[in-house]
Amino acid sequence: MSASASYRSRRVPPMTPAAALRDTAGIAKRYLLRTIRMPAEASVLVIQPALILLLFRYVLGGAIKVPGGSYADFLVPAVFIEAMLLSGMSTSIGLALDLKTGIIDRFRSLPMARSAVLAGRTLSDLVRSVFALALMIVLGVAVGFRFHCTPAAAFAAMALVIAFGYAFSWVYATIGLLTKDPEVAQGVAVLPVFILMFISSAIVPVATMPGWLQPVARNQPFSVTVNAVRALLEGGPVYHWLWQSIAWSAGLLLIFFLVAVHLYRTITS
Amino acid sequence: MTEPMIEARALVKRFGSATALAGVDLAAEKGTTLALLGPNGAGKTTLVRILTTLLKPDGGRASVAGYDVTADPGSVRSAIGLAGQYAAVDELLTGRENLELAGLLYHLGRAERRRRAQQALERFSLTGAGDQLVKTYSGGMRRRLDVAASLIGRPAVLLLDEPTTGLDPRTRNDLWQFIDELVAGGTTVLLTTQYMEEAERLAHRIVVIDTGKVIAEGTAGELKDRMGGDVLVATVAARADLSRASALLAPLGEGPPQVDPDQQRVSVPARDGTTVLIAAGQRLAGAGIALDDLGIRRPSLDDVFLALTGNAGRPGDEPARGTLPGP
Repeated sequence: MSASASYRSRRVPPMTPAAALRDTAGIAKRYLLRTIRMPAEASVLVIQPALILLLFRYVLGGAIKVPGGSYADFLVPAVFIEAMLLSGMSTSIGLALDLKTGIIDRFRSLPMARSAVLAGRTLSDLVRSVFALALMIVLGVAVGFRFHCTPAAAFAAMALVIAFGYAFSWVYATIGLLTKDPEVAQGVAVLPVFILMFISSAIVPVATMPGWLQPVARNQPFSVTVNAVRALLEGGPVYHWLWQSIAWSAGLLLIFFLVAVHLYRTITS
Repeated sequence: MTEPMIEARALVKRFGSATALAGVDLAAEKGTTLALLGPNGAGKTTLVRILTTLLKPDGGRASVAGYDVTADPGSVRSAIGLAGQYAAVDELLTGRENLELAGLLYHLGRAERRRRAQQALERFSLTGAGDQLVKTYSGGMRRRLDVAASLIGRPAVLLLDEPTTGLDPRTRNDLWQFIDELVAGGTTVLLTTQYMEEAERLAHRIVVIDTGKVIAEGTAGELKDRMGGDVLVATVAARADLSRASALLAPLGEGPPQVDPDQQRVSVPARDGTTVLIAAGQRLAGAGIALDDLGIRRPSLDDVFLALTGNAGRPGDEPARGTLPGP
């Protein structure tokens, strides 16, 4: 070994995609084990969208008039998406908790992929949200919702819901990394859950809102996704909403992936 | 001199307008323990976070295991283990699952990480609890598991941030013994501590830092020699006499007197112990100050630390004290 003051050149090979995937899978497994072992938290994620479904179907729905079709068929696709938003909140809370307990410091000091903690977290979120979605389908059918479409269209609609949920879990990851505290994270993460659902075509038709609010309510991601899902399930012009929903999900995913990974690299807990 | 396994040169870190590290130099050779000794807020944790690539320095450079922490953080990470102030283990995983996850993230194969997890459980006396959830562990067990997890990748350099804070004496002794074994096996250890006893017990070299600067460095013996001999310690019977006693003893010492109000004690470095002891007795008795104890002893690291950082007036600290004449 030379006695010069210059430092050694790189010994460790750069991160390969296969290694990054293994890291991600390991982290995802950790979060899923946590979910299984803390069933109270997981059940809250199912109970909340179920409550919203029942409240709007049986308490408020009677007063809401929708053009054509039943209110159950109008409401249930929105509850699918709301279930994604509610289930994704746990990403904000979980990451903030990991920052607070110092476990993110441990991960950041390990030779693992810089994206793996966030990707593993959001993937475990995806598994939970698919589970929540399945339960919402069962519950939806129980309160009068029906699929009036081909299996392929139903499948595409559910894929759209899941894609929106997954993209949005990167928004939640960003919230968790910015707030760094589980309670603050919960307080912030609940905002999109309400704002996006209520200022949208999810619960009531946009045409009933004040004119200045309508462009926002009509074009935000929750609305375009719920419109696309309804069009796929009920018939009607699909492509206009479909491409907007895909564009929103892809855009949210890309931007918040970059923001969250940057925050993770530089974060100080 | 062999190549240092840990090296920092003129390391600077600022948080806004606060300077956490104001040009720190240190080095640790392979197979040695370096203790970073300093009070809360001295910059110990900031230094560890830079050496473990968790923070980027604002100036200077640092290397660990020969790799630059800024230019090649990936290689640094593959060579280090970190156990922080908190036990960074997952409560809802078992001890074994925590260790196997750490092994996976060090990119060990499945068989290898299982083998190492089992070995680590045995070595840290956690075999019986290995398949229980960590939330059932005691504080000491969590800390042992945390250290075990930091070692699963067999790091060349282990960084321990206040590893024994809050541990009971027995667990602490076990951990000390374990660190000795590791270092004997060639691992380089950097640990931060607030306890002189711990630094003296474990470290080959001690770096004393305060307000982001290295204020002393050496072996425990060298640091004690800086005190210039013995220490005269007077314990007064009444706390009200402390400042008077301090003023009376000041001219006798080789350095400024240190006052410990809790122990009601004044200590001054004294080169010629016996002469100083007699003079001190006469002065204090002449002033009518009642004593609980008066004696000469060898300096401890506490004396060194107090003399270096102590109440003799830190620049920028408690300016209201204001008794030191300005330059």
